[in-house]
Amino acid sequence: MTELTRLSAAEIARRVQAREVSSVEVTRAHLARIEAVDGSLNAFLHVDAEGALAAAAAIDEEIAAGTIRGPLAGVPVAVKDNIATADMPTTCASRILEGWRPPYDATVVTRLREAGLVPLGKTNLDEFAMGGSNENSAFGAVRNPWDASRVPGGSSGGSAAATAAGEAPLALGSDTGGSIRQPGAFTGLVGVKPTYGTVSRYGLVAFSSSLDQIGTFGRSVLDAAMLHEVVGGHDPADQTSIAAPLPPVVEAALAGARGDLAGVRVGVVTELSGEGYQPGVLAAFTDAVRVLTDLGAEVVEVSCPSFTAAMPAYYIIAPSEASSNLARFDAMRYGLRVGDDGSHSTDQVMSLTREAGFGPEVKRRIMIGTHALSAGSYDALYGKAQKARTLIVRDFAAAFEDCDVLVSPTVPTTAFPIGDRVDDPVAMYLADLCTIPTNLAGNAGLSVPCGLSADDGMPVGLQVMAPALADDRAYRVAAAYELARDTSSGTPFASTIPDPAVLENA
Amino acid sequence: MTSTVDAAPYTVEEVCERFDPVMGLEVHVELNTATKMFCGCRNEFGAEPNTNVCPVCLGLPGSLPRVNGRAVEGAVKIGLALNCQVRERSGFARKNYFYPDMPKNFQISQYDDPIVFDGYLDVPLDDGTTWRVEIERAHMEEDTGKSLHMGGATGRIHGASYSLLDYNRAGVPLIEIVTKPILGAGTRAPEIARAYVSALRDVVQGLGVSDVRMDQGSMRCDANVSLMPKGTTEFGTRTETKNVNSLRSVERAVRYEMGRHAGVLLSGGTITQETRHFDEQSGTTSAGRPKETFADYRFFPEPDLVPIEPSAAWVEELRAGLPERPWERRARIQTDWGLSDEELRDLVNAGALDLVADTVEAGAPAESARSWWVSYLTQQANTAGVELAELAITPTDVARVIALVAEGTLTNKLARQVVDGVLAGEGTPDEVVAGRGLAVVSDDSALTAAVDEALAAQPAVAEKIRAGKTKAAGAIVGAVMKATRGQADAARVQSLVLERVAAGA
Repeated sequence: MTELTRLSAAEIARRVQAREVSSVEVTRAHLARIEAVDGSLNAFLHVDAEGALAAAAAIDEEIAAGTIRGPLAGVPVAVKDNIATADMPTTCASRILEGWRPPYDATVVTRLREAGLVPLGKTNLDEFAMGGSNENSAFGAVRNPWDASRVPGGSSGGSAAATAAGEAPLALGSDTGGSIRQPGAFTGLVGVKPTYGTVSRYGLVAFSSSLDQIGTFGRSVLDAAMLHEVVGGHDPADQTSIAAPLPPVVEAALAGARGDLAGVRVGVVTELSGEGYQPGVLAAFTDAVRVLTDLGAEVVEVSCPSFTAAMPAYYIIAPSEASSNLARFDAMRYGLRVGDDGSHSTDQVMSLTREAGFGPEVKRRIMIGTHALSAGSYDALYGKAQKARTLIVRDFAAAFEDCDVLVSPTVPTTAFPIGDRVDDPVAMYLADLCTIPTNLAGNAGLSVPCGLSADDGMPVGLQVMAPALADDRAYRVAAAYELARDTSSGTPFASTIPDPAVLENA
Repeated sequence: MTSTVDAAPYTVEEVCERFDPVMGLEVHVELNTATKMFCGCRNEFGAEPNTNVCPVCLGLPGSLPRVNGRAVEGAVKIGLALNCQVRERSGFARKNYFYPDMPKNFQISQYDDPIVFDGYLDVPLDDGTTWRVEIERAHMEEDTGKSLHMGGATGRIHGASYSLLDYNRAGVPLIEIVTKPILGAGTRAPEIARAYVSALRDVVQGLGVSDVRMDQGSMRCDANVSLMPKGTTEFGTRTETKNVNSLRSVERAVRYEMGRHAGVLLSGGTITQETRHFDEQSGTTSAGRPKETFADYRFFPEPDLVPIEPSAAWVEELRAGLPERPWERRARIQTDWGLSDEELRDLVNAGALDLVADTVEAGAPAESARSWWVSYLTQQANTAGVELAELAITPTDVARVIALVAEGTLTNKLARQVVDGVLAGEGTPDEVVAGRGLAVVSDDSALTAAVDEALAAQPAVAEKIRAGKTKAAGAIVGAVMKATRGQADAARVQSLVLERVAAGA
């Protein structure tokens, strides 16, 4: 790992903009890193070396001419492959979209380019973002840089692995039930799910429209915040986008790292701990809460009884919306087409294509969702799930009356071995137990690394949840915690991420 | 299809001896907004296939819809014109089914909270009475693309060897207007169906929110028909006839289905609930592809859109701006202008009603305004091969020409030349008068001189006039008109001639 691929995004930006190093050099270093380690990690589905170097060269020229597009100008970034890019394929890790090139950029991609970031390529994911381990990719599982025999989490496993392994300093992911925070926790990264409606979904291939949210990965709180400010903010192309200023997340990250947490009320959610949680995870979480107390936070226990209904509600609502969102993949206009040999009707071609093009988890969710929306089941399933969702919103609202932020472990366990849960969907779904309530309520949540689990040496995430449009609170707490953590250990946590290049492949 | 095989249709009179018909009419109106319902693509009929498309109306992965405010306005206007209530908060829903001309395989529509609901339309019937049709709801949705099925005998998908898809229409704003069940119509059911669609068409046209061209599909009607035995109140099984593309077809389709239902029921058969297609040629309906199962559209709230919340003030503003109902306006105009039924019909048929009304509004007497539009201007439009309304002259211009004639500045003949000038793009009537030098010569001294000159040139004629043969004056008048290049008032010239002769000229 060269030094450039270990630097924070903020530091890369500083050096590039001060012309201590060129964006082209930084980009080359990351491309070389991808070349070196991605054969084993499988984090990228597509790398656009030529496009990235051209973009970097253009930024270098601009900087030489005295123009700096934004705070992250010249910094490479990886983009999850369910976000539309006009110059690269967008496959959602599905056979049904293999090779598809959108004729347009997602709003977030446009904003990356306008801010002078350098897209390196598209990262692997669970097919259509459905999964928590990245094992549901049609193009192969992703390995965890901490331990190649383990999953990186999902669905944004490729973005997480790429950022952790130094293939990119920053990455975009999407979080529908925990798909950024959970892999963030599994790979020792900061992973952020912003408030629903504060980052445009235009160009994000929809899994579950009312839950999907694009967010950021970084190896530090500040990095994640800086990328968040690049992509966030109102977008008229997304009618669920909120016409309000983005919360000042960079300022909050900087403030958190400067000060203490005096007067900040932190609620520990009773329902998000206990039985079924890995002891090493609970120990790391308890330690983290103690650090928050030491920083001056007022820590209280809060109960959110409806959170126990979150998982069942999620596994009705998300598949219901998915069953409709994924109906468009029918071979008529783009993507895979099977059976078009003159012997099959249109309906048959649609069926054959969907049969061949979707993986088992996607089919499972389409079927669950189709059933949940059916005339005989709607009230008992979809209708009831929406009621549970309302109760969860109320639990959050009540908790936020007494607390500024809520905390929990991000995931009940650490990253599990590849193959461990593939035959047990429910066990797989449990990986999102702590993150789902935030998606259902639409508020903000992030995961910040809180050390390693004593039982397996794998990273653990501390989840910090904030009210809608108060993302800055979570950043402030996470940044304060991050600094205290690194001060007490004497080493920046990010520098302890093992180098997969020196690991033997499992 | 065994017991439901088509029976020889009974006449509606025969049907209604045994049954009461129940109708429900669903009319789709394509709005004529500049852009589509959920994207910025142009909403136009007849463009090259697949040219008015973008990621949104093609439903490309990642694209998101955004609501066209003008379409909401059109929906609310239609609702208000149909005496509907406007919902304070109205959401979109997805209607899920697979069809190749529907890019997302769901249609964004409205389900249990349509934008407007509970209204009525008082429909004028042929005998001068009205029939109140209750409106259940009108909701917004997006149109589908168009499939062109090739290689089959019928142009329908069944039997076609391949299909072509045109997505220009995909995402065009549609308003679906649904009546409550129309009961008690009896033998008049077919007429009422036609009259309702006709009245609805006029209302929507008056609002200016749709072209309402049934021939182009910007207005489409689905007719639901069922029969219940006389004296009972439970509705029979209904059929839904689609593809009814003209007012006449609406009437024929309802009549045919009533007869067919009666035939099936009276022969002991049962009606299959199904979609039927109307055939313009034969005037009959035929069953669509039988549905194996009950269609379950799995409606659920559209998560990509937020609910519409029209403000009360905006709704009132739209209500205040509603035009008069077309038939009420016609009745008022007929009375105000003292027109016979025939004269009114000619005006309407010539497409001149609005033009005449606007000309009257601009200050012209109704009779002159009507005369200009239905005679001279209609001839000019016919010659040019354009619609009357497309002529390059405004009602204000016509009113001005009429005023110029009335004040004596122009003769009728000169007025036509002025109109020709306006049509030729030479400017306003006043500009044409000035530009062409067309004003009547009304300076009596100039005219008197011209008359004297003509009398002197034709002494024999002057002698005849003097002898009392006043008809001979025509020759002198003609000479004067020629000398003034037609810019004199012939009647005035005539009297001047007589005056001058009497005075011994």
